[in-house]
Amino acid sequence: MALLEIRNLRGGIKDQDIINGIDLTVERGEVHAIMGPNGSGKSTLGKILAGHEEYEETGGTVRFQNKDLFELTPEERANEGMFLAFQYPVEIPGVSNAYFLRAAMNERLKYRSEPEISAGAFRRLLDKKMKQVDMDPELARRPVNEDFSGGEKKRNEIFHMAVLEPTLSILDETDSGLDIDAMRIVAHGINQQRTAENAMIVITHYQRLLDYVVPDYVHVMYQGRIVKSGRKELAFELEEKGYEWIREEVEAAG
Amino acid sequence: MEAIETLAQQEYKEGWVTDIEMETAPPGLNEDIIRFISAKKKEPEFLLEWRLKAYRHWLTMKEPNWQYMAYPPVDYQDIVYYAAPKNTPQYNSLDEVDPELLATYDKLGIPLEEQKVLAGVAVDAVFDSVSVHTTFKDKLAELGIIFCSFSEAAQEHPDLVEKYLGTVVPYRDNYFATMNSAVFSDGSFCYIPPGVRCPMELSTYFRINTAGTGQFERTLIIADEGSYVSYLEGCTAPMRDENQLHAAVVELVALKDAQIKYSTVQNWYPGDEEGKGGVYNFVTKRGACKGENSKISWTQVETGSAITWKYPSVILQGDHSIGEFYSVALTRNKQVADTGTKMIHVGKNSRSTVVSKGISAGNGQNVYRGRIQVLKKADGARNYTQCDSMLIGDRCGAHTFPYIDVGNNSASVEHEASTARISEDQLFYCKTRGISTEDAISMIINGFCKEVFQELPMEFAVEAKKLLGISLEGSVG
Ligand SMILES: Nc1ncnc2c1ncn2[C@@H]1O[C@H](COP(=O)(O)OP(=O)(O)OP(=O)(O)O)[C@@H](O)[C@H]1O
Ligand SMILES: [Mg+2]
Repeated sequence: MALLEIRNLRGGIKDQDIINGIDLTVERGEVHAIMGPNGSGKSTLGKILAGHEEYEETGGTVRFQNKDLFELTPEERANEGMFLAFQYPVEIPGVSNAYFLRAAMNERLKYRSEPEISAGAFRRLLDKKMKQVDMDPELARRPVNEDFSGGEKKRNEIFHMAVLEPTLSILDETDSGLDIDAMRIVAHGINQQRTAENAMIVITHYQRLLDYVVPDYVHVMYQGRIVKSGRKELAFELEEKGYEWIREEVEAAG
Repeated sequence: MEAIETLAQQEYKEGWVTDIEMETAPPGLNEDIIRFISAKKKEPEFLLEWRLKAYRHWLTMKEPNWQYMAYPPVDYQDIVYYAAPKNTPQYNSLDEVDPELLATYDKLGIPLEEQKVLAGVAVDAVFDSVSVHTTFKDKLAELGIIFCSFSEAAQEHPDLVEKYLGTVVPYRDNYFATMNSAVFSDGSFCYIPPGVRCPMELSTYFRINTAGTGQFERTLIIADEGSYVSYLEGCTAPMRDENQLHAAVVELVALKDAQIKYSTVQNWYPGDEEGKGGVYNFVTKRGACKGENSKISWTQVETGSAITWKYPSVILQGDHSIGEFYSVALTRNKQVADTGTKMIHVGKNSRSTVVSKGISAGNGQNVYRGRIQVLKKADGARNYTQCDSMLIGDRCGAHTFPYIDVGNNSASVEHEASTARISEDQLFYCKTRGISTEDAISMIINGFCKEVFQELPMEFAVEAKKLLGISLEGSVG
């Protein structure tokens, strides 16, 4: 059984579907890149999978770790091992990043009927993960994302992922807004988390990230559908030619 | 926002009534009742005279109506002004105490037995109007510290009571304070002699317990030159159908180089979803920094009452004196909290800090009303005020009325204000990390209140967080 199995998924906001029938199968150990023009529904797909209340599925099925995804609350999905790195991470004033992560970690342990992590063990884990993703320890002490620079917020998302060790990570444009060095560091952080057991869906506009985080598959989304899938070479093709030819192909197909 | 609403309506957990026989005065207010109270308490003559002066003045006063609230008229003749647990000896051991009273404390989560051992907190538990149990008295006595019920102080230390009573809150002060001066039943008295640092936190648990009994505590704390004391006040009340009036007065006196830290966690019954049955809490709390370099800090966490009307204030008379006010007020359902502070700068280089955090949920209304007054001679006076509001849901409100009145050009007064709302996006973000809405709200509110919580003594901070529906797992980093 695949880690994630999306069948003919439809959904969106009230009275309007944004996702118009998506099929996607993600096996453990795989990295899937999703590309596509602005407004094609990439972030919406991520939000529906993660369970944002503003969005609703109107058709199709999604199985995650052999469970019906839509039977799970958003926090259950997270505790099952799903993770969404936000395109626009949210600030949580007054709550320190470390405190927040420890709360998240303990929720996860509780969900799995495991004992809570001790303060000491958690601190050691944080230190290790901070090194892995080259995170400034100061940012762990500060309130979650508050007054972080755009790039720091993105790096913090990867830091969260590293600490929580999800089985399926959906990274929504984690590379955008990063300078060249930061992009390399973030990519390195992502690669550090790749194992044979987990999988990633990487939403991006740029081939450059995929030079570092080499995907097994590349999908192109257009008008709420995956209209083209291929291997990593597809990303080069898109980089070179843009999306016009995809549009033409879709229209030609009617 | 469904989950938020549910949380906002979480039932009052301390709702229960203890059945202990009371010795009760007939309802109503007149000079005879005042004489009855004073006689019951074997008070010295000056105190009866003072009460009567206050009563006569009260008859000439009008109830204030300027607050941001409407409450049903209070029938002052329908209130019982004196109720004491029957047979009130000062017990020597817990075995002698009415078991039901002890069970009451258990429900409050403050078994005296444990508290004696714990953290060196001396507990002067005020049950309704009369002190029943005082611990650590001997230890305090060794240092010359007086910590007892007000009634006891009136009998045993009349000179101190006469010298300081009404010097900070005069009996003419305001409608509710004047009424309190006439009929106050009991409260705490505390005197720290010169140069003594009180080695433990002094703590009082108040609880309103008799139906229809107005509560009129009177607390007087005096920190003599160079002394220090930290005082804790905690309150909860049983669920009730009729509104209960509470009009307490707290007076603090800090002499030269003395310091008083006064912390309150207040959790009176706020009324049901319609606001029915809650406590009316009209309190006058004021401290006077009488001497140079003296310091008074008020820290309060308010989650209870149907209506709260309370402005702990500091009169900064001494040069270089310091006044502080840290407050968290949570209102939900139909609760109204009208709170704030007054800082009156009289002395040179006096400084004050005000940090107010208002949280509103449901239909709750939170009002901050603050006055910073700098008198002419207060050269170099400084104030910093920070006033933050947090709104949960869209039916609640926050209102800020800062009054600033500066009569000295060298003074500096700063005011900052902010309003935040817990957003769906924040909650979704937390959920994608596995944190439920309820826990997320707790966490966000906890963060919002951090500056105030860190002013509270440790065990009180824990209680405060619990009161806000927060489970504290011990923070990292
Ligand atoms: N809550 C919403 N209300 C109204 N329209 C929405 C909402 N969410 C998404 N949409 C619309 O759905 C479409 C897809 O949006 P989405 O954010 O999924 O695009 P995207 O592929 O992530 O784009 P980008 O590359 O710019 O991030 C857009 O036209 C957007 O305006
Ligand atoms: Mg997007």
